[in-house]
Amino acid sequence: MSPDKLVRMANQIATFFRSKPHDEGVAGVADHINNFWEPRMRAQLFDLYAQGGEGLDALVIEARDKIRPVTQSA
Amino acid sequence: MRLIQETDFGTPASRTEKTVTLTVDGFEVTVPEGTSVMRASMEAGIQIPKLCATDMVDAFGSCRMCLVEIEGRRGTPSSCTTPVADGMVVHTQTEQLKGLRRGVMELYISDHPLDCLTCAANGDCELQDMAGAVGLRDVRYGYEGDNHVQTRNGDQPNMRWMPKDESNPYFTYDPSKCIVCSRCVRACEEVQGTFALTIEGRGFDSRVSPGMHEDFLSSECVSCGACVQACPTATLTEKSVIEIGQPEHSVVTTCAYCGVGCSFKAEMRGEELVRMVPYKDGKANRGHSCVKGRFAWGYANHKDRILNPMIRETIDEPWREVSWEEALSFTANKLKSLQKDYGKNSIGVITSSRCTNEETFLVQKLTRAVFGNNNTDTCARVCHSPTGYGLGQAFGTSAGTQDFDSVEHTDVVIVVGANPTDGHPVFGSRLKKRLREGAKLIVIDPRRIDLVRTPHVAASHHLPLKPGTNVAVMTALSHVIVTEGLMDEAFIRERCDWDEFQDYAEFVSDEKHSPEATEAYTGVPAGELRAAARLFATGGNGAIYYGLGVTEHSQGSTTVMAIANLAMLTGNIGRPGVGVNPLRGQNNVQGSCDMGSFPHELPGYRHVKLPEVREIFESLWGVEIDPEPGLRIPNMLDAAVDGTFKGIYIQGEDILQSDPDTHHVAAGLAAMECVIVHDLFLNETANYAHVFLPGSTFLEKDGTFTNAERRINRVRKVMSPKNGYADWEVTQLLANAMGANWTYTHPSQVMEEIAATTPSFANVTYDLLEEKGSVQWPCNDANPEGSPVMHVDGFVRGKGKFIVTEYVATDERTGPRFPLLLTTGRILSQYNVGAQTRRTPNSVWHDEDRLEIHPHDAEQRGIRDGDYVRLASRAGETSLRALITDRVAPGVVYTTFHHPGTQANVITTDYSDWATNCPEYKVTAVQVTPSNGPTEWQVEYEEQAKQARRIVHAEPAE
Ligand code: SF4
Ligand code: SF4
Ligand code: SF4
Ligand code: FES
Repeated sequence: MSPDKLVRMANQIATFFRSKPHDEGVAGVADHINNFWEPRMRAQLFDLYAQGGEGLDALVIEARDKIRPVTQSA
Repeated sequence: MRLIQETDFGTPASRTEKTVTLTVDGFEVTVPEGTSVMRASMEAGIQIPKLCATDMVDAFGSCRMCLVEIEGRRGTPSSCTTPVADGMVVHTQTEQLKGLRRGVMELYISDHPLDCLTCAANGDCELQDMAGAVGLRDVRYGYEGDNHVQTRNGDQPNMRWMPKDESNPYFTYDPSKCIVCSRCVRACEEVQGTFALTIEGRGFDSRVSPGMHEDFLSSECVSCGACVQACPTATLTEKSVIEIGQPEHSVVTTCAYCGVGCSFKAEMRGEELVRMVPYKDGKANRGHSCVKGRFAWGYANHKDRILNPMIRETIDEPWREVSWEEALSFTANKLKSLQKDYGKNSIGVITSSRCTNEETFLVQKLTRAVFGNNNTDTCARVCHSPTGYGLGQAFGTSAGTQDFDSVEHTDVVIVVGANPTDGHPVFGSRLKKRLREGAKLIVIDPRRIDLVRTPHVAASHHLPLKPGTNVAVMTALSHVIVTEGLMDEAFIRERCDWDEFQDYAEFVSDEKHSPEATEAYTGVPAGELRAAARLFATGGNGAIYYGLGVTEHSQGSTTVMAIANLAMLTGNIGRPGVGVNPLRGQNNVQGSCDMGSFPHELPGYRHVKLPEVREIFESLWGVEIDPEPGLRIPNMLDAAVDGTFKGIYIQGEDILQSDPDTHHVAAGLAAMECVIVHDLFLNETANYAHVFLPGSTFLEKDGTFTNAERRINRVRKVMSPKNGYADWEVTQLLANAMGANWTYTHPSQVMEEIAATTPSFANVTYDLLEEKGSVQWPCNDANPEGSPVMHVDGFVRGKGKFIVTEYVATDERTGPRFPLLLTTGRILSQYNVGAQTRRTPNSVWHDEDRLEIHPHDAEQRGIRDGDYVRLASRAGETSLRALITDRVAPGVVYTTFHHPGTQANVITTDYSDWATNCPEYKVTAVQVTPSNGPTEWQVEYEEQAKQARRIVHAEPAE
């Protein structure tokens, strides 16, 4: 999918969790992505991180280490 | 098999608990206080002759057929209007009564045509039965005098005679046969709540009349058929009965249209369906129905229905009819080679909310056990996925908390983002009934839906919010309740997490959530909102009903949580009359979610990441289940455009018409190499398909549907599948063609597998459903009879969870290019994408989608009522005709999406709910300008669709 769309989806999730206490918010973003994002989408997110994560919400950037790496290929 | 005859007790049941005992013709009978003598006699097995009474409406006492004698009382009171009393002694048959009844009967018959032999109601006419019951042997008066029967009186035209009204496509009204018992009038008022019928004139002059002396079609009548069912004579008769004759056997089944899930008797003659009659024992509908379920089943025999499998290599070729074997091996080979070339995750399925639980279960099993991935999703994605997520977070389970009967105990109702009288008509009627009894109503909707003002019902408050501001309005309601100290603290302390509540209370109390502060962007007057909040918090049992106007937003899940907050705050959970009630769109949305259609969860809402859950299925199915979540529908389409998703099996859904941003859906489908559509008709999606597998209708298969109240209802086969196989059989054939070895011979075996693997279904069996009629899950050892109300003693998740719901404006905003907000909805007579209802006479009520626009916005643009207008958003444009109305606020326009020619989804965007990707159908920034006809896209689309639907028929075998 277009990087813009992926960024928007990730940031929407961050927006919801912003009203939580900080650590809970970071964990919430990561959990949500782990639970609902298929490996292809997470792979694309990791690509975005690798390219500097432009446009991504701070919470999404912080959640990076808690997001499950992609092991299988599509 | 036989024709199921339901007992007519003559008057409705009394709900009091106190009982009285009386004697009828020497038999003692004990009944609740307030019961009529007529009903008490029937309970004792004695049928008192009657004409104007029937138990679906209150007694009226006009026909004087039901007279009885009561010891110690003078005269001959009518038993339908006389309540029982302790020790009463009733005689139903005496010389005096016999004479009186015969006299009454004679008068009726002297003004009634004597064409019994050729009458459509022959064999199903209460007048005929009563003539027999009272022993009428001759009629002393002739037809020479005043009558309604003859067209002429001597050489003069008979001014009393009226011609038949055949304007309604489904039933006729023949005034010459009317006995003016007013059962139809009362049914329309009391059961349906439309008040379309009146008795015109007085005495011998009186006749039934729709509206102000109109015909049925031009009147307010919504064609629910309640009057037809109530009519004791042939005056109101189904056209299908006139055409075919009386049915000889019947089978109880469930409507396949909306989430109300009405039970019907399918009345048959052989394998021909004669009529559908709502079943009194149906616990969702209690003997009522709407026009769709009762009448709109003709699509099953429509000439457009495809009965043979078809394939093609590419979508620009015409379709080729082939045998089932050829179609299945073609499909299996394609899917297998796609997996070989592009990986096992390159294919997936979409399950249908229109199909049975058993069929849905098999389709998700196909992807999990045979394809080896979790790429399964369902159209619930695009309607109620936020309900699943939101209620799951707040309460611990994803379902409505009540049964429909609950509304009878409600004092204050909030209806938000739903239009029950159009979308869920039978629930709408039941709600209206309660409102007429005095319950209060709060409507939260951008549009003035019918409920806001309808005969004998008026909302106490209508909060006409700007589309997209649900969270702000719901949070403002909570703000008022918390800051004014109106919450139910005892409930919260006992049932909810108190710390979380403290955080929540602090959050909502902030001034910025007050109605005064939010008014600027929600458009809801602060005073009105405050009054509504106070009413809901203090008015007694409060229930919230909501629909897609809540879920189909960027913040859909958040609004669902805000609704849950409001219910917990006011202590409105866990007993009859309260609760959080999602009104599900399609018949089996609830079921398709329960059955594990979502890519992240196995049946019973258990995440695929959980090894103990996977293990249950792995050991039963002998496969390994992928622990990673699969793709959701929008993700599948994105992956298709990216080239990593190549094949899809779509059962009973039309994603091209129903999903948002048509151009994007089309691009996704066009990028796939194997699209398999399994449906009744060549739907819009099939224009991009390589394989078409013909489907069966709900009349042609066994199974179960689960309605919006979690009620598991049986669907029963009443005729053989015209396409050869029920849908569950087709899925099994496909699985086996791919190498599985499934051996189901009846859907009950699939239900056994569901029960064995899914705790909330543990005790569900076809035998239990046979015995009880239906059950509401959870149905297990803890709740062996099922669960009408959930969270009675505690929430499924333990403590109820208050969740902070911060309002975030959607990215979809109006601006100079697109200054108006479009929101969408549906209408009573059409259903969803209209694939079925457009193929029935229902189209007489709605033959095109119209754009509702406020007079002010229309005038600014020089648009007149009925003009073609161009409707454009950043996603695309279409054209349709305008309907000028002040039901919508200035700045808001509204349309339905039932007709493919309109393609309202060309306009909607790919924005979606943050948590579930449920598309934001309900808010799109648009511009409206005058136009002279279809857009270029509509013309092209029409042409492409025509090309894509060409079929080369197989030569018939010699
Ligand atoms: S069909 Fe329904 S709405 Fe129409 S007149 Fe009869 S009861 Fe009333
Ligand atoms: S139309 Fe039928 S139900 Fe209505 S008053 Fe006449 S006989 Fe009675
Ligand atoms: S469409 Fe809905 S309300 Fe109408 S008959 Fe069917 S289930 Fe009942
Ligand atoms: S049935 Fe009682 S008066 Fe008609």
